[in-house]
Amino acid sequence: MRYLPKSDAERAAMLREIGASSIDDLFAVIPEEYRLRRELAIPRQMGEQEIVDHFRAAAAKNANGYASFLGAGVYRHYRPVIIDAIVQRGEFLTSYTPYQAEITQGTLQAIFEFQTMICELTGMDIANASMYDGSTACPEAAMMAMRLTGRDGVLVARTVHPEYREVMHTYAQHREAASGHRTQEIGYGEDGRVDLAALEAAVTEETACVLVQSPNFFGTIEDVPAIARIAHRKGALLVVAIAEAMSLGVVRPPVEADIVTMEAQSYGVAPGFGGPFCGVIAAKEKFVRQMPGRLVGETKDRQGRRGFVLTLSTREQHIRREKATSNICTNQALVALMATVFMTVYGKEGIRELGLQNLAKADYASKALGAQGKVLFGGAPRFNEFALQTEEKPEALQARLLEEKILGGVALRRWYPELGNATLWCATEMTTREQIDRAASVLHPRTPTASAPGTPALAHATAGAQ
Amino acid sequence: MEEKFVGTPKKVTEHLTQNEGLSFEKSAPGKKAYRLAPLDVPEVDPSTLLGSSCRSQSAELPELSEIEIIRHFTRLSTWNYAIDLGMYPLGSCTMKYNPRVNEFVSRLEGIAEAHPYQPEALAQGSLEIMRLLQECLLEITGMDAITLQPAAGAHGEFTGILLAKAYHQAKGNPRKTVIIPDSAHGTNPATAAMCGYEVVNFRSSQQGGIDVEALAKAVTEETAALMLTNPSTIGVFENEIHRIADILHARGALLYMDGANMNALCGKTRPGDFGVDVMHLNLHKTFSTPHGGGGPGSGPVACRRILEPFLPAPVVERGGDGRLRLNYDRPRSVGRVRAFCGNFGMFVRALAYILANGPDGLRQTTEDAVLNANYVRAKLEDVYELPYPTPSMHEVVFSDRRQTKYGVKTGDIAKRLIDFGFHPYTVSFPLIVPGALMIEPTESESREELDLFVDAMRQIAREAEENPQVVLDAPHSTRVSRLDETTAARKPVLRWKRQ
Amino acid sequence: MAYPTKYRYTREHEWIDANGNTASIGITEHAQDSLGDIVFVELPRVGEKVERGKVFGSVESVKAVSDLYAPASGTVSAVNEDLTSAPEKINADAHAAWIMKIELSDPGEIESLLTADAYENYVKEESEH
Repeated sequence: MRYLPKSDAERAAMLREIGASSIDDLFAVIPEEYRLRRELAIPRQMGEQEIVDHFRAAAAKNANGYASFLGAGVYRHYRPVIIDAIVQRGEFLTSYTPYQAEITQGTLQAIFEFQTMICELTGMDIANASMYDGSTACPEAAMMAMRLTGRDGVLVARTVHPEYREVMHTYAQHREAASGHRTQEIGYGEDGRVDLAALEAAVTEETACVLVQSPNFFGTIEDVPAIARIAHRKGALLVVAIAEAMSLGVVRPPVEADIVTMEAQSYGVAPGFGGPFCGVIAAKEKFVRQMPGRLVGETKDRQGRRGFVLTLSTREQHIRREKATSNICTNQALVALMATVFMTVYGKEGIRELGLQNLAKADYASKALGAQGKVLFGGAPRFNEFALQTEEKPEALQARLLEEKILGGVALRRWYPELGNATLWCATEMTTREQIDRAASVLHPRTPTASAPGTPALAHATAGAQ
Repeated sequence: MEEKFVGTPKKVTEHLTQNEGLSFEKSAPGKKAYRLAPLDVPEVDPSTLLGSSCRSQSAELPELSEIEIIRHFTRLSTWNYAIDLGMYPLGSCTMKYNPRVNEFVSRLEGIAEAHPYQPEALAQGSLEIMRLLQECLLEITGMDAITLQPAAGAHGEFTGILLAKAYHQAKGNPRKTVIIPDSAHGTNPATAAMCGYEVVNFRSSQQGGIDVEALAKAVTEETAALMLTNPSTIGVFENEIHRIADILHARGALLYMDGANMNALCGKTRPGDFGVDVMHLNLHKTFSTPHGGGGPGSGPVACRRILEPFLPAPVVERGGDGRLRLNYDRPRSVGRVRAFCGNFGMFVRALAYILANGPDGLRQTTEDAVLNANYVRAKLEDVYELPYPTPSMHEVVFSDRRQTKYGVKTGDIAKRLIDFGFHPYTVSFPLIVPGALMIEPTESESREELDLFVDAMRQIAREAEENPQVVLDAPHSTRVSRLDETTAARKPVLRWKRQ
Repeated sequence: MAYPTKYRYTREHEWIDANGNTASIGITEHAQDSLGDIVFVELPRVGEKVERGKVFGSVESVKAVSDLYAPASGTVSAVNEDLTSAPEKINADAHAAWIMKIELSDPGEIESLLTADAYENYVKEESEH
């Protein structure tokens, strides 16, 4: 087998040298009754060309060459080719966790740069790339808030990604059974944002944290300062989750938050049917010792040279065992490296320019499509996603769009039945005007319904869409 | 004066590597590495659209040209050790070859660009990959049902214990404790605690395994599960495992197996056949997905039929029309453990690995892994102490007992190994062996590489005896010498700041 | 190794220096030596109640964390804030670097703790294993 660097002669020689008569001697420790007497019933060994063909055939059965307006937590952004040129280097790809700092300074310095850039983008003091993804970062942040406050109540906005909320619920189960505290969900208002009055009524002295997402699942930007005031007044912490990292180019970072969780997939990670992604947790400096996951710190060696090292490891499972801040072991180093390269390539100006382009594309799309339906939640600012209400059922609409090789917005009914036929649309710097105009022309022209309060006056399509 | 012995590395020669500062230190306003296509829609004014949510100050990210970026990261990469450069003897990490075809197929456009919410009819390729991987893993483990959702081994452990808890809950009593051997990886007790279980630490026997008589006394009606690593972290197969399973099952408890050491079992025996009820796999260990500097991983969880109803939703199924679909209608599910389907990119790589091997390749891989570990054991047991006489499987654990009398500990030997061109083995784990040296060569090492490793370890043992200082001051040949971890922990500096 | 004879000791390597109803508590020289460079001390809050034999805080080195067990029961009247910025004080002089002071709820509890001699013997026995 071509991955095995031994000939049968070498195997035989090694067995002789160690005094074994055959390889079976080395497996004699397995009781007779458990030894497999047959080969595994899996596909036969394939040559490389066959493997490539196998996966090409699989790839062909997926959507290819479609214009996509899908977002909802996974975003299509351009990946500079330099990313793969770098992460495919064996020294990055096949290197281990940097526990031996002297021979992993490459990985450690890259993570340190990642930590720095995330702090700059989010307005937090400390950050790491250790959460599996944006969804699991949320329960980790909630547990962190509980450790910090000594409380166990959690309030979550219903405008947080539905799958993120499901994950939080899974993690909370045993805790809720023990304490009797349920995670409470707070609804949203006409503007698509967290209902502040409901939130205020729900926060108590038992609340460890309020968790919101901004931009939220509908693409709407939450009023973070107001939410922070409400949470802090009762001594609760504010956790802000960010699913679309690209927003940080133009949207004000949630500086009032105590903890920020983020999905960095937008920074150079392909959608890949949902993973692997890059979960981030960031926080104010005073919370560092309760932060789960790996942190890289700057230090000096014996000769006074600057170097980097994993630090504050005592919080981690390999030392604290059952008292660890989390059971997390693996981090997302390679994916974080993709994000690090991405952030370095675009840099200070590029991240802002990307944010502006996303904003412009989505604004144009919301007007073009809004002429054929009704864009919801006009009373609040958005980044690159919006919810579109139509009289037509989403299944029928999506089918018509597919005929034009367009993947239209996600139907919201399965998570928000009260939103009827509404679909969630995303436009990024990769979406072209032509694609937007084509999508608009597929939608049936409908009598424009009354605009929601605060919708920009321009509810009519611009030139190309009619 | 007689010269003290200093070993001669055979695998490496000193060589210059480029220096490189932080990206921020080379940054200058106006340098650019990107150019966006011009906007084909009207420009917008962010402050008008976003109001008070508009960002007023850009994040201070670096500004560099493309060549500076390529040099930056290329230079950094040259400071790393990696599997592509040589052996990693790390115990229980299974640092095997990461095949390049895996990287290629995961980047095929239809696969890499797939969105988890695209219509199922247009995601049949991705679903087919999941289905085939699941089938293969079930055959390999001998289990009945599986979820690919967990993102890593620890995440898989969490999911597995949740399944156990749901099972017990459905029977009327979630139970209170999980028994964990003191040789276990730290994620095991951390996981049990996260699921609300009390950890009962169980002392390993003289042979480094489970004392079955003691276990029989320890298991009660409040025991939810025993978390077992098999072979154990000292590389020993638990040969009474069926009795262990019987004891647990007699009290209605479950046997959880940490699958980190599957590289010793794959194709030779199956956990489902010897009584395991639920287990996780590490695709980044046994199934060759790359470590990438610390992750991502993937930790599928396989289980017996009795636990199937509780699996995280959705599950991949074939519909009546022959098409694959994601079934979300799973009322008894423990819930999701993460958004979307899991680390799909790792599924592609693991499946490519399985297809490249086939049944004979997987079996041969396991045999070579066990042969390599036993070869290293035989070649070093006269110079390093073997704390347990029991046969090793895919990894061997020594202790530093013979070296500590010269003041040299396992951590020092590990650092000196770096000067000989190898990554250190696992130091000071498992905890039951004081001064442990845990070595797992994997099947990916040739005889030449193993002989170089043995030679290095033998030379270092001699240095420990005749010239301990050269070991204590190691490494001597690296870009940075031993780093001040104390100050890093006392006064953490976790980001760069402009002075 | 000189263990102050005025102090009493626990098998978990804490010392306690009782003066009437108040007592100072720290970790022993042996403990500090085993831990290595101390990087962080988790202190209890003033006013908190501590119970003999129960965890009241922890001490961290780079590679290990040790829970701290209260040698006696009482209420925390003071914590050594210096240790927050300079945990190395414990390494420098473990028997002088007090971690917390408590108002004892039962001064009689001290009597059953180890004397300096008994503790010294205990440490010697432990290291011979």
